[in-house]
Amino acid sequence: MLRVEAVKKSFDGFLAVNEADLLVKKGEIIAVIGPNGAGKTTLFNLITGQLKPDTGRIIFKDEDIAGVPPYEICRKGIGRSFQIVNIFNRLTVFENVQVAMLSHQKKTFKLFSPTKGQVIQETKDILDNVGLSDKASKISSSLSHGDQKVLEMAVALGNRPELLILDEPTAGMSPEETSVTIEMIKRLTTDLGLTILFCEHDMELVFSIAHKIMVMQQGRSIIQAKPDQVRDNREVQEAYLGGSA
Amino acid sequence: MFRNIFHLKSFVPIVGVFIVLLILPPIIPRFYTYIIALMFVTGLLAMSLNMVVGHGGMFQFHHCAFYGVGAYTFALILTKTTLPMWVGFVAGPIAAGFVGLLIGWFCVRLSRLYFGMLQISLGSLIWAIAFRWYSLTGGDDGIHGIPMPSILSSLNCSYYFILIVLAICLVGIYLIFKSPFGTTLQAIRDNPQRCEAVGVNVRRHQLVAIVIASFFAGVAGVLFVVLEKSVFPDLLFWVLSLEILIMCLLGGWFTFLGPMLGAAITVALRTFVGIYTEYWTLILGVILILLIFFLPEGVLGYFIDKFKERGINAMQEEK
Repeated sequence: MLRVEAVKKSFDGFLAVNEADLLVKKGEIIAVIGPNGAGKTTLFNLITGQLKPDTGRIIFKDEDIAGVPPYEICRKGIGRSFQIVNIFNRLTVFENVQVAMLSHQKKTFKLFSPTKGQVIQETKDILDNVGLSDKASKISSSLSHGDQKVLEMAVALGNRPELLILDEPTAGMSPEETSVTIEMIKRLTTDLGLTILFCEHDMELVFSIAHKIMVMQQGRSIIQAKPDQVRDNREVQEAYLGGSA
Repeated sequence: MFRNIFHLKSFVPIVGVFIVLLILPPIIPRFYTYIIALMFVTGLLAMSLNMVVGHGGMFQFHHCAFYGVGAYTFALILTKTTLPMWVGFVAGPIAAGFVGLLIGWFCVRLSRLYFGMLQISLGSLIWAIAFRWYSLTGGDDGIHGIPMPSILSSLNCSYYFILIVLAICLVGIYLIFKSPFGTTLQAIRDNPQRCEAVGVNVRRHQLVAIVIASFFAGVAGVLFVVLEKSVFPDLLFWVLSLEILIMCLLGGWFTFLGPMLGAAITVALRTFVGIYTEYWTLILGVILILLIFFLPEGVLGYFIDKFKERGINAMQEEK
């Protein structure tokens, strides 16, 4: 479904992503791991169009999407959530998801029909799915951090993506919230038939839900393989797991 | 279409205010009729600005350029051509919208502050044309004594005309505010990056918003001519743009009718403080400072917050 080939990106001479490769097949859950500054978020930004790669190809459904603007990539079927909470602060929880849904259904240029009557059921379904329906009318900036992270994912779901990219979905969550979120991600993949690409520092989470793991170090992709193979790989142990795993 | 957004509860007071405004002119002195009409015109201008500033989050620093274009287009059609008045009335807003499209097309390519700076420079170009092109625009004198059809010649008639056009425009702006486009625009204000990530073409939405806002500013420009029967380059000067920006801030930019209130307060102050002192802008400055410190959400924003708080408290007491 998604193939990243030899992608490079540098900022002022600093190579953030250097020859990274990645393969995501339909229906898989792929995790990207690596130490801080390994280039995980940059890689995601390259895939979803926030950044343009210097060289290399990003193929999504047989189409090169390198350098295409983010809104067009989103319309092609890639949704994403952000590492730092990135929602519409002054809008309600409901409106946050509704905007994504309106955009998905290409209704954002409707000028004279009230928003109140648009995509109601679809939005409700998503909020039910992630468990935020009881907070639908709250202003999103008043939510707790954990709920904001969940809303972050709900907004990404509003576009009905085929491939969902999650940048540290449980960062800053309490242990309880984390386990609820893990269950949710698992359920979403089966219920909605989503393909998921995510990065995460919580190794327990990574090894419990990922079908395959890609390890990055200093912008380079070292390996992409099944969890046990990654665990046993010497290079990974030296580079990332500190030789102790 | 209307039932969904206009509640009966808010409908009654709005109709009440409208009726009061309808019966006012014969009973109050002419001067007050004139001041209220001026509040309407300025209010519409501030409301149109707030579409892009408060709801769209763009740094629209030279909004009165579009106001002036609307006013000048209308005035020029009435004085230099033999076309009927309604042509001018339609052409004014359309010309303003077109200039909005031209300027906006460049501006939306820049980020926040640069957007504002470019707009000031492009808008000032238009001011320079109006200021210098004596043979067409009358230069710094402007055009005075613009002939109006007898229907609009008296003050009371123009008052009613302005009131009705204002009411139509406010309904239009409100519908847009509550439409999917309005919601998307507010989402862009809150977080343009995220909007792109959910598939919204941010620049195109911003451009459309600028064109719509310019159009309504053009309507306000035409209404100004109806009221004053004259145009002058000050209508296009950046100082006025700053003043309407302050009106939005004063009234509350995240509210719908805030700018209207801000405009009314500013016009009233300028008129009545102006009687006692020449330094009324000094007083405006002091108000602005107090506002930033004590009412960051604006006057209307403050009252809405208070009202909500009381509502929540009352609800908790009931429990």
